[in-house]
Amino acid sequence: MSFDNLDTLYRQVIMDHYKNPRNRGSLADDALTIDMNNPTCGDRIQIHLQVNDGIVEDAKFEGEGCSISLSSASMMTQAIKGKKVDDALKMSKIFSDMMLGNEVEEDDIDLGDIEALQGVSKFPARIKCATLAWKAMEKGVGEEQ
Amino acid sequence: MDVKAIREQFPILNQEINGHPLVYLDSSATSQKPVSVIKAVEDYYKQDNSNVHRGVHTLGTRATDKYEGAREKVRNFINASSTKEVIFTRGTTTSINTVAYSYARANLKEGDEIVVTPMEHHSNIIPWQQAAKATGASLKYLPLRPDGTIDMEDVKDTITDNTKIVAVMHVSNVLGTINPIKEIAAVAHQHGAVMVVDGAQSVPHMQVDVQDLDCDFYAFSGHKMCGPTGIGVLYGKRELLENMEPVEFGGEMIDFVNLYDSTWKELPWKFEGGTPIIAGAIGLGAAIDFLTDIGMDNIHDHEEQLIAYAMDRMKTFDGLTVYGPEQRAALITFNLTDVHPHDTATVLDAEGIAVRAGHHCAQPLMKWLEVTATARASFYLYNTPEDVDRLVEGLNKTKEYFGDVF
Repeated sequence: MSFDNLDTLYRQVIMDHYKNPRNRGSLADDALTIDMNNPTCGDRIQIHLQVNDGIVEDAKFEGEGCSISLSSASMMTQAIKGKKVDDALKMSKIFSDMMLGNEVEEDDIDLGDIEALQGVSKFPARIKCATLAWKAMEKGVGEEQ
Repeated sequence: MDVKAIREQFPILNQEINGHPLVYLDSSATSQKPVSVIKAVEDYYKQDNSNVHRGVHTLGTRATDKYEGAREKVRNFINASSTKEVIFTRGTTTSINTVAYSYARANLKEGDEIVVTPMEHHSNIIPWQQAAKATGASLKYLPLRPDGTIDMEDVKDTITDNTKIVAVMHVSNVLGTINPIKEIAAVAHQHGAVMVVDGAQSVPHMQVDVQDLDCDFYAFSGHKMCGPTGIGVLYGKRELLENMEPVEFGGEMIDFVNLYDSTWKELPWKFEGGTPIIAGAIGLGAAIDFLTDIGMDNIHDHEEQLIAYAMDRMKTFDGLTVYGPEQRAALITFNLTDVHPHDTATVLDAEGIAVRAGHHCAQPLMKWLEVTATARASFYLYNTPEDVDRLVEGLNKTKEYFGDVF
């Protein structure tokens, strides 16, 4: 029995974020809160962002979902924390390119753990799970700007 | 019933998915199509394509005969008393919306009640929410027993003289519950309410007799019963339909059109505005022929044996929760402990097994079950005990895989 194909989706680092999510929880009342549904399954994710002077000072998430949506939320909050809003949006763009299977220019942005999600692009039914948290973040900072 | 011979009628089943022979367990979402249905649609487009009911020319007559012939097949299949009671729609959703827009908005007022159940598909909830908002009527939910069945005592307590519409699904697409439609309809009628039935999951799998059930409206889809997508049926009692206004206005449904006023065609055409779904109806007719040749009782027996076997294997599976009652239609909704159904479905897909994962268009029921999502395996006439074995094997691998990564 071979799970090679599945292993491109469920990388070790994804499972680590799923099992030990970073930044799970909520922020103070004045933080931005964005609710987002995964239209394929109804999973709901909530992203909390503390944005000051164009900097994402803190980011947290809550909700229930599959391994891909929750690990992606965990990685996303980790990646954008402390970054400029512009850079966070830039990362989001790189992430959608990655999901579309496009070549990702390394640029000057370090993707870190996020790169582990590259394999999702080979599972079209799961792309929406991976992009959910990023879409919520984009919506949040879009409202802020 | 010769399942091997039946499977040969479904070319799509004969393929590999991710290196494994396909096991299709998502017929509750949509069934596969036999060659006879595919050919009926193809023949129509190749030989008879024309618009209907305008037939001075030969093709027009042929298309009309086939389209109206399909209506007669539907009438006979569900035992409606007349083809005037058989309206072709886009599917169950459109059928229910037709009743909610036409009948409900004309007959409901403040203080009236619409009674539904928490197990309904969104398409049998939202049209009523909207109708209630538009008329000032209120929506009332029948309680469910812990196993996901309906207690007739609750039905008698919930339906009152204020109840004008009772809308219940015949078979649950999540729990597999088979609801006592005839008994509920009798209570509805005692209080002067009409009975609307969502038959999307029943008509494909069992003999349905709308006169015996004594329901007032019965809705179902073609694509879940071996027919094409985009075609469905609204059955309605003639005296009700006669007094209802059309929902869509335009071509095909008119009698006389004046500058400021128009009159409608007689039943059933007054509800079929625009060029109808001709090929879809013909395909549905072919699907009914296909199912009738095999025999609905034979299909039902086959599915009963299959679900009994599947329930035996699934219920003894360690770490698996099965939702719904013991007595059920041929589907199983479940969750593996600590594995999200999305992940289960992905691992099963890697093994060539197609199941559904998500909320199954039944969010209120998911809340009732206290889960966000579930996986569902649903069976039809072409499924075999080997398919059940492959599913169980796939679930073992899912458990093993997620056990390993944790």
